[in-house]
Amino acid sequence: MNNILNQIGIENYIFLSIILFCIGIFGVLYRRNAIIVFMSIEIMLNAVNLLFVAFSTYHQDAQGQVFVFFSMAVAAAEVAVGLAILVSIFRNSGSISIDNLKNLKG
Amino acid sequence: MNTNIALVLVLAPFLGFLTNVFFGKSLGKSVSGIIGTLSVVVSFAATLYFFGGISANPAGIQVSLFEWIQISTFKLDFGLLLDQLSILWLLFVTGIGSLIHLYSISYMHDDENMHKFFAYLNLFVFFMITLVVGSNLLVMFIGWEGVGLCSYLLIGFWYKNQEFNDAAKKAFIMNRIGDLGLLIGIFILGHLFSTLDYATLKTAITGAADLNMYWLSAAAFALFIGACGKSAQIPLYTWLPDAMAGPTPVSALIHAATMVTAGIFMITRLNFLFDLTPDVQNIIAIVGAITALVAATIGLVQNDIKKVLAYSTVSQLGLMFLALGLGAYEVAVFHVITHAFFKACLFLGSGSVIHALHGEQDMRKMGGLKKVMPITYITMLISSLAISGVPLFSGFFSKDEILLVAFHHNIPLWIVASIASIMTAFYMFRLIFLTFFKEFRGTEEQKHHLHESPALITFPLIILAILATIGGIISLPGHSWLNGYLTPILPKLASAEHHLGTTEYILMAIAVIGGLVGIAIAYIKYIKQNTLPDADAEITGITKVLYNKYYVDEIYNYLFVKSIKGLSRFFRDDVETALSALVFGLGKVTNEISFQGKKIQNGSVGLYLFAFVLGLCAIISYLFLAQ
Repeated sequence: MNNILNQIGIENYIFLSIILFCIGIFGVLYRRNAIIVFMSIEIMLNAVNLLFVAFSTYHQDAQGQVFVFFSMAVAAAEVAVGLAILVSIFRNSGSISIDNLKNLKG
Repeated sequence: MNTNIALVLVLAPFLGFLTNVFFGKSLGKSVSGIIGTLSVVVSFAATLYFFGGISANPAGIQVSLFEWIQISTFKLDFGLLLDQLSILWLLFVTGIGSLIHLYSISYMHDDENMHKFFAYLNLFVFFMITLVVGSNLLVMFIGWEGVGLCSYLLIGFWYKNQEFNDAAKKAFIMNRIGDLGLLIGIFILGHLFSTLDYATLKTAITGAADLNMYWLSAAAFALFIGACGKSAQIPLYTWLPDAMAGPTPVSALIHAATMVTAGIFMITRLNFLFDLTPDVQNIIAIVGAITALVAATIGLVQNDIKKVLAYSTVSQLGLMFLALGLGAYEVAVFHVITHAFFKACLFLGSGSVIHALHGEQDMRKMGGLKKVMPITYITMLISSLAISGVPLFSGFFSKDEILLVAFHHNIPLWIVASIASIMTAFYMFRLIFLTFFKEFRGTEEQKHHLHESPALITFPLIILAILATIGGIISLPGHSWLNGYLTPILPKLASAEHHLGTTEYILMAIAVIGGLVGIAIAYIKYIKQNTLPDADAEITGITKVLYNKYYVDEIYNYLFVKSIKGLSRFFRDDVETALSALVFGLGKVTNEISFQGKKIQNGSVGLYLFAFVLGLCAIISYLFLAQ
């Protein structure tokens, strides 16, 4: 096994993933700015992507990496839609705090 | 060739039915009546053709039209069987049917729905033929249900009278009870032998070494219940007297001559089955004898001319069942035939009387019709002599055979049957004396309009009276054409076991004297002493019990109708309330929970995200803990 995993070790990737994921969660829970919440979600997503790639290498199986490509493509699309929604909210309320979304309640 | 003629035989009345249903109204009354009559006459002609060919071909003609049911080992064809028994039945179904159709042309001419009447009557004949010529029990069942339907339609023909509708419903429901028994019997036989075909069943039952006697008896008993319903035996007889609500030709055709003999036909057809189950045979004989006696006692005091004849029919059917139960199938068949002659004649005669009196059926308001209606009087008198068992008339031979067989098998049953016969003679001549003798007791207006019925009505009466007189020649004692004719169907003739000897002549004499005594009592009471039956309010004592038919209807009403209504009320008031409380309660609980749950969805995205993370944590911890 002549790759980067030999030098760093799979567990470190897992730790990094967990840390990133937790940062994402806390970002989502504590911040009110919708853009920052969005970014936190992206961090969580990428934490998972990282884990995918790491295990893919560890198992010598390319499937995980292929899957990550798909997930990134979908995430990009999702961001596009999400940002469009944010712009629309900003135009309507003049703010991007997620507390404004209370108005959406049925 | 035979197949085609058989199809004509079966389908001619059905074509008549279709024509009358779809075009009857536009064709006019006379044409619709003629079409209805002709279609039955065609069937009669086809029957005569087969009757002529049967002696050359004793095995009968079996026609398989198509394969009907095929489920694993169970196989059934839709087939027709024209053998001695079915042809015999067809002869009087289509023969008497033709005469009664002819009679109806005149009798129903004043009715606005005459085409409907003929349509129903044709449909009835079609189903009756199906019942008789089916080559297996399931085809017979089609006919069996069909005649029940037509009986219902025709009893309730004057549907504007609610009482008539009730009578029709009663007949239908009572028949349903019996039909359920028949169906169960058919199912058991189908399960045991994987076939319902008569010929196959016969070989299977007579040839098998180890039969399951328990199930065989159950099947025979269930079939007998079916016969009880259709042929009006205790405990399912109460519909027949009420069925007199229908027009009189219907009473003559369906409720005297043909449909009510279907039970006897079925048991005779399956004689090989009943021969193996003596317990069921005993039940049949006892039920038949009791029915004969009970119905005869009720008939003694009825004042409605058709009700007397109805109870007489029940009583005579009881005698036939007595013969069946004693294994004397050919004697029962003989009585079926003679009874069809004289009872059809009596009913048509009573119809002629009712017609002349514009719908009056109460014998207390008749009398003195002898001079005005000589043909009706003479034909009814002949038929009454026949049913009373006066020597040389047809009923004498057939009834005497039944009594002989009963005497040889079981003396108590013979006594019961003899008493019933004496009563028969009494109430029949009570009818004759009250209707035709003394002075007319109706209104002046009725008296003014009294007239003999037209030729279309008297012609069938005359033919039937002739048949009622000479019908006995088909089975004279000691020299019976009928017994020989039926040998392929009935290998063991019960009546052939005894020969004419002193005992038999003494028994014959007893029966004849009994009948004459019955007539004499009626003569003394209604001619010599000139008594009239009391008005309804003055009837007391045992007569009242008899007049009200032993209160059987009331007892049934109390036992079954009331209890079932009580049960329905219990289900409606208690069970349904509890169930709806449960269902509505569940709905309320769900509603309440969702109402509370709705509060969580307050629009705060932060809360949603928090719940989402919490849920995530819960799932992860669950996964870890599960390992």
